Amino acid sequence: MNKRFGNYGGQYVPETVMPALLELEAAYSQYKDDAKFLAEFESYLREYAGRPTLLYFAENLTAHYGRAKIYLKREDLLHTGAHKINNALGQALLAKKMGKKKVIAETGAGQHGVATATVAALFGLDCKIFMGVEDIERQKLNVFRMNLLGAEVIPVSSGTGTLKDATSEAIRHWSTNITDTYYIIGSVVGPAPYPEIVRDFQKCIGIELRAQAEKTFGGLPNYIVACVGGGSNSMGIFYEFRADSGVKKIGVEAGGRGEATGDNAKTLSGAGRPGILHGAYSYLLQTPQGQVVEAYSISAGLDYPGVGPEHSYFKDTGAVEYVSVTDAEALDAFKLLAKTEGIIPALESSHALAYLDKFMANTSAEENVVVCLSGRGDKDVQTVAKILGEAVN
Amino acid sequence: MTRLEKKLAALKSAGRKGFFVYITAGTPTIDESFHAMIEAEKAGADVIEIGIPFSDPLADGPVIQDSSVTALRNGITLEKILELSRKIRAQSEIPLIGMGYINNFMSYGYAGGSAPYDGFEKFIVDAKAAGIDGVIIPDVPHEESQQMREICKRHEVHLTEFITPETTPERMKSTCASASGFIYCVSNTGVTGVKKIDYSRINAKILEARKFTDVPMAVGFGIGSGETAVQAAQNSDAVIVGSAVVKLLHEWQFNDAMNLIREIRTALDKNFGG
Repeated sequence: MNKRFGNYGGQYVPETVMPALLELEAAYSQYKDDAKFLAEFESYLREYAGRPTLLYFAENLTAHYGRAKIYLKREDLLHTGAHKINNALGQALLAKKMGKKKVIAETGAGQHGVATATVAALFGLDCKIFMGVEDIERQKLNVFRMNLLGAEVIPVSSGTGTLKDATSEAIRHWSTNITDTYYIIGSVVGPAPYPEIVRDFQKCIGIELRAQAEKTFGGLPNYIVACVGGGSNSMGIFYEFRADSGVKKIGVEAGGRGEATGDNAKTLSGAGRPGILHGAYSYLLQTPQGQVVEAYSISAGLDYPGVGPEHSYFKDTGAVEYVSVTDAEALDAFKLLAKTEGIIPALESSHALAYLDKFMANTSAEENVVVCLSGRGDKDVQTVAKILGEAVN
Repeated sequence: MTRLEKKLAALKSAGRKGFFVYITAGTPTIDESFHAMIEAEKAGADVIEIGIPFSDPLADGPVIQDSSVTALRNGITLEKILELSRKIRAQSEIPLIGMGYINNFMSYGYAGGSAPYDGFEKFIVDAKAAGIDGVIIPDVPHEESQQMREICKRHEVHLTEFITPETTPERMKSTCASASGFIYCVSNTGVTGVKKIDYSRINAKILEARKFTDVPMAVGFGIGSGETAVQAAQNSDAVIVGSAVVKLLHEWQFNDAMNLIREIRTALDKNFGG
């Protein structure tokens, strides 16, 4: 099993975690090409999660820009409302095959926590979700949802009490309980083999898209745009097209409050430089001394100071272009999609949509643009209402 | 021979157990931590592990996490830690081991665009000059340490290898083959911090490891008293105490911290030929 993407990735974890990673590596090598396992996974994706997701022609949004045709890959229509369920199902199935009775996960906004709690309920697994105290306060509804699904939410108050601390605490818990516990990591981050596992469980997005694009417009898309936090939906949609140089792939990071301040999550498109967090060598927001800097975004799902190591590799090779939009631009896109198409996007996905404003003028009517609509926006309605309310006052 | 090797050899020939004390640099203040390291030797420590604070210490429990937050707030940096080592070196020959996370080392002297391990090598060179004898990097397992091992070897600084109760025989073989200075024997799964531990598992592992190496073994994680230190020292050459001491220092209980060090020293010497 290849543990690196170029220089990036690796297994920078305490010795106490190594046996669990080696066990996971062995299990995944066994199952990743196992026809029966893959058939079972695909069956759950189809019957439970609701795949394939639609490739929707956004006619009104297309008219709004008056250039290339815009299509939305509707991951927001999946069960639990985002692409996160793909990975959660795959890993829970793997956990079951490995004979693990307990699963744990980290969560920021709560989306991956809810997806994990959901599959744990489905497969009858004991489930603990690590969540920063700050996030628990901001996302009470998701905490309640996880509780309803039978999961125990463990508050994490160390560090800054957000996603990176929840991730550290999940790894610590795992290192203490490696024999009976499986750690369902939520994005293409963490030590090998996690970035590969999560990518493989998300790559169905791009594989479906290739077939749908062929059927819908008889070829490959000219552009694929997706948001990047840790980078799982973007990796899921880009990976299939990694060698298609005619497909321009754009990863959109959270620019937060804008250039003037340091409050952002621009790991690849801003001030990040390679470093090691949560077991992988990858671009990282950090001080010159190598202390990890807290990321900021209006969108809790993009609010992570690291990024998946394969994205770092794609940045260096130029396979993907990484850019950013601000909170305000994402909010405008959030409102625009709701008004033009009757679809409320997640704030994360709104970042991908917002980038349309920056490049649609360079496209032509014969071209096709696909935006990964990674999640639905119901979870963000309260946040947005609060912000808009403040703006009015 | 390095200071560490000399010290551990002398202890062994005297039939005594070594006692490593971990102290977070910069907690409760930078000066206090210096003072604590100096006094710890007088209270019975054989080796000082200088804890290098990181924002996201994966291998550490709440006590060392909290002390790291305080230390970072106090402005501790690798540069200041080297200053601390030079100050200790000016008045003591106690072996010094820096324990910190890889990202800090890689960032050392960061000036943009350097290759992954340039910063690490620069640190090792400066650390050696400042009187540091070895480093422990808890988030670098054997699989990832090749380049760092080469760098450390080149500059005659020890890079610590680890074994745990879960280490498989094949991995133990390669770990032991590249061991230098001492092997950190992690007593239990999980993170640092005082807790009840069955030391028989790591004690058994140590006997296995002895077949592959003569490098001294030090048991750490969970030790908080003279009694537990004695359990942890059954088959090992030394014990490591961190969180129990750090907790007291962080709470400004300086005298209690030194009393604890004395208690552990006394218990070790009483049971193992002091």
